[in-house]
Amino acid sequence: MSRTELASRPAPPSIWHMYRAMVGVGVFCGLLIVTVFQVTRPVIERNKAEALQKAIFHVLPNASTSTTYRLDESGGFKVLEGEGVGEQLVYAGYDDTQELVGLAVEAQGMGYQDVIVLIYGYSFAEQAITGIQVLESKETPGLGDKIETDPDFLQNFERLDVSLRDDLSEIANPIVPVKHGEKTNPWEVDGITGATISSVAIADILNRSAQYWVPRIRNNLSDFQGHFQVGE
Amino acid sequence: MVSPDKSSTDEFIKGLWKENPVFVQVLGMCPVLAVSNTALNALAMGLATAFVLIMSNIVVSSLRSFIPKQVRIATYILIIATFVTVVDYVIQAVSLDLYKALGAFISLIVVNCLILGRAEAFASKNTVARSIMDGLGMGIGFAFALFCLGAVREILGAGSLFDVQLFHDSFQDWVVMILPSGGFFTLAGWLLLFNWLKQRKDKREQMDKSATLTLSKETA
Amino acid sequence: MASESLWTIFINASLVNNFVLAYFLGICPFLGVSSKLETATRMGGAVTFVMLVSSICAFGIQLLLVAIDAPYLKLISFIAVIASTVQLVEMFIKKVSPALFRALGIFLPLITTNCAILGLALFQTNKGYNFVQCIVYALGAGAGFTLALVLMAGLREKLELAEVPDVTKGTAMAIMIAGLLSVTFMGFGGLGG
Repeated sequence: MSRTELASRPAPPSIWHMYRAMVGVGVFCGLLIVTVFQVTRPVIERNKAEALQKAIFHVLPNASTSTTYRLDESGGFKVLEGEGVGEQLVYAGYDDTQELVGLAVEAQGMGYQDVIVLIYGYSFAEQAITGIQVLESKETPGLGDKIETDPDFLQNFERLDVSLRDDLSEIANPIVPVKHGEKTNPWEVDGITGATISSVAIADILNRSAQYWVPRIRNNLSDFQGHFQVGE
Repeated sequence: MVSPDKSSTDEFIKGLWKENPVFVQVLGMCPVLAVSNTALNALAMGLATAFVLIMSNIVVSSLRSFIPKQVRIATYILIIATFVTVVDYVIQAVSLDLYKALGAFISLIVVNCLILGRAEAFASKNTVARSIMDGLGMGIGFAFALFCLGAVREILGAGSLFDVQLFHDSFQDWVVMILPSGGFFTLAGWLLLFNWLKQRKDKREQMDKSATLTLSKETA
Repeated sequence: MASESLWTIFINASLVNNFVLAYFLGICPFLGVSSKLETATRMGGAVTFVMLVSSICAFGIQLLLVAIDAPYLKLISFIAVIASTVQLVEMFIKKVSPALFRALGIFLPLITTNCAILGLALFQTNKGYNFVQCIVYALGAGAGFTLALVLMAGLREKLELAEVPDVTKGTAMAIMIAGLLSVTFMGFGGLGG
């Protein structure tokens, strides 16, 4: 190769060039991500809080404000301060007269296709679940997703009995799913024909969650602020 | 490949039809098929991908003399991942419902072969202006293709378009269209259409060619 | 924290929500590799292994990111780890079994942009699985991917000898077959519950 040809060949990039490029791009990217993150975080938090409030008020119809409680180590309930990541939470709903109408609890479990996440409202006065809302579900459209829309099915949850035994240790009658049209007791869930597994899943999720929470709630009533009535 | 005879508009148009990323190049479908079961979701995913494509094209093109060859893939991926993260947070802030529907698939835009492919094949070798045009064309072509997929799936699978009911109540939804299999079938359907159109065009070109040959033979 | 049993997670990842046939992840290698049965099984094995390693790493990274409160670095760190894992796996296979390395050839680097691996890392983070659940999830996903790949390869091998319309040749046919496979896998629904 002639000298001019050698000279005109581009010099191989030095380590410095590679280092400079990677670090430079890295810094640029980092700045961009962090900026966008900081700008969007308050908006996202606000959206999430709004969505949660909407869900709480949907399952506790008479409530207009809510306070979040967390289950602390001693088994009692304390008002949540701060973020509450990884804590077990319940949401107390109060109506306009500051009367505690009930608690909303989130629960999840395996459905037909994938995990179903729902929130349900528990009323002290009725000693029953008085509403549910499905938050996340991937059930089959047109079939399994009827759990969100079928009016007969949703009627189950207007007063789903979860009263406790006299010694307040556990639920007297566990929630059980039954075939469509065979419901005779207030603690049974009338299923949807053609969406059996999804309806059974809902009953299961509610049962497991209520078994866990209702005794704890009833045995620590004094932890909750506000006045309320408890049914028999 | 710099083409001095191609104007900027040519770079834009090629992405829309002739070199449409989904239908012709069959590129970058992976992440998007799962969430293209309604027109809105599909369009949102398509536009998000287009955004990342355009932005990464811009950055890669502006830095093309700054990034040595040896580290280019790593830096490209870093840049693309950054913009995907940005899009993820923006969608979360704008519409929580949309975010719930699209979920982790927004983040999967980063492995879309299309974006890395364009960065490597075009943006690293062309000016910023042309790269923007290329990104716009490919991006809109991609979004358009996705929209076609999503629209067909939603119309047949739920009888609606953008949640607006199109048919009378008696229309029996083809639920399978909303399910993943429907995605496969719809994509296959569109590919079939494109294959057929291409075959017709090739056949016509062949007939034209043989016609001119016979003509030149006669005149000779 | 997720409430599903390990068995449910495995069945869910491999059959009910098969990564290829339900989530459309891993289509590129799926369409490219699946024309020969032998390469399909090998690819499936490699993907499963990479999935396992990536799953563990992703779990660790997520813990770290939560600790330093930098959730926005999730995507970049996942990609970096997956790319490095594939490099390491490639070197490992080269050393341990050069024959296997030659057979897999180009496919290994392809796994880097394999949406299935990144999808796995993202899904398991979103679902909040603990360590053991992550491992089972990765194994299930890999098994499902291999299964889909093998079925596809077998069908396409047979199809090579059949007469099909010109219009459908190539990718269109492969995708239609994938669609039919997807429908059959729907029959597994409800198995995991």
